[in-house]
Amino acid sequence: MTKIPLQFRHNGRDVAIFVDGGTNLLVALRELIGDMTPKFGCGQGGCGTCSVLIDGELHLSCLTLAETVAGRSVETLDGMKQGPNLHPLQRAFAENFAAQCGYCTPGMLMAAKALLDRNSAPSRADVIEAISGNICRCTGYEPIINAILAAAGGRASA
Amino acid sequence: MTRHRGRGTASINYPIGMNLGGDPSQALVHSNPSGKFTVALSSIDLGQGMKSVTRQICAETLGVPVEDVYVDTADSDTGPHCMGSFASRGTHRVGNAVMAAAREARGVMMEAAAEELEVNAADLETDGRGNIHVKGAPHRSISTKDVAIAAQFKQGKTISGRGIFLVPLSDVDPETGEMSPATCYAHACLVAEVEVDDETGEVAMVRMDSAYELGRALNPRLVEQQLVGGAWMGVSHALYETPEPYYPDPVHGPRDFVEYLMPGPGDICPHDIAVLERPAPDGPFGGKGPGEMCANPVLPAVANAIFNAVGVRIDDLPITPEKVLRAIKAQGGARPQARR
Repeated sequence: MTKIPLQFRHNGRDVAIFVDGGTNLLVALRELIGDMTPKFGCGQGGCGTCSVLIDGELHLSCLTLAETVAGRSVETLDGMKQGPNLHPLQRAFAENFAAQCGYCTPGMLMAAKALLDRNSAPSRADVIEAISGNICRCTGYEPIINAILAAAGGRASA
Repeated sequence: MTRHRGRGTASINYPIGMNLGGDPSQALVHSNPSGKFTVALSSIDLGQGMKSVTRQICAETLGVPVEDVYVDTADSDTGPHCMGSFASRGTHRVGNAVMAAAREARGVMMEAAAEELEVNAADLETDGRGNIHVKGAPHRSISTKDVAIAAQFKQGKTISGRGIFLVPLSDVDPETGEMSPATCYAHACLVAEVEVDDETGEVAMVRMDSAYELGRALNPRLVEQQLVGGAWMGVSHALYETPEPYYPDPVHGPRDFVEYLMPGPGDICPHDIAVLERPAPDGPFGGKGPGEMCANPVLPAVANAIFNAVGVRIDDLPITPEKVLRAIKAQGGARPQARR
């Protein structure tokens, strides 16, 4: 099959890869770029652990054709921490014990970032709505919601 | 259409571990060339926190900082035998094995330190910050790192220890069938409050209040985390999850993750948890472990709450809207019970 050349920005860095037609973005990120932070959960858009930001908007990378991100900017959890410092959301997740097995954490963090980037002072209902596409099978939603609210609070007061 | 509130309670007495095969778990502890320690286990941490708890237990027993202990888990090629992470046995069984292994390793470490400091090992103590010194004379001191180096390069010793936890098999009385399946028990009581819609049959959780007695909480934040999440696994089994909703007929069963019904962030309700600590005499530092018990009392409490709300007794899980509606219809309407 003919490979399709594809260029896009990945966490602020230009990348160029060749993909097979029909390759989804999750596979392109994990297998061709080597960014293992978006996780494969259900592969059907039902669990949210593959969530990434495309031009700042939350998307499920398992349901996104890789070709459609040509020339666009893709952000993953790998690009979240700023140098050696954890992102305030990552710190809040650690401080609030918002990860148990950790498999949903990358998607939760991306969904939370998408929310806080457009709404710096979300209500509890806003947070629930924002992560409603993400499943935590340890059912640790309470600490996750608290972490996101704490991160928003910290940002607002900073 | 009316939404009826109901409250139900359940209490449990839950065994830690089991009797089968003596329920053994083993641990090996050894010092690395850097003077830090590795705990080798084949036990698995799926997010329950066993890695953190065994790390704490090892550090506390050795008398070194928790940062100086690394726990290597989940590989039966590199770790000694473990029955597994189930039956609420991780903290208690594996923790006891780690404690025994760390105790033996500490003995070797203190002997090696004694040789370097030219004193009797019985006169030495650890400061918990990576040093070993003579009791009452903190300046006569050596770091655990220097002890490890001396043991490895000079004394020709391995600072290591082996540990196993094994329960004596309890024989079954042929007359009565009586036996002792466990060595200690944890306890809990949970109150669930629900709202039942008598038109749709839907059950919504309003709040939960619970008290758990689980020995000493070796890591209180991890205990709380497990109880918070585990309670929702209980709710999920009570109200949502099943691979075969019309069992034994497999029809209408979910075929994938999207069709499988699970609680989401919008379903959760406030949950107040009280943790009571009554250290287990045979537990590592008194720990028993929350384990499976965090989900168990929720199911009967929810079923009781539904009965309290609309007067229907459903003994088939999960308690789906269809079952609630059929039961309400069969008894000729909702019959709210006295508020408890």
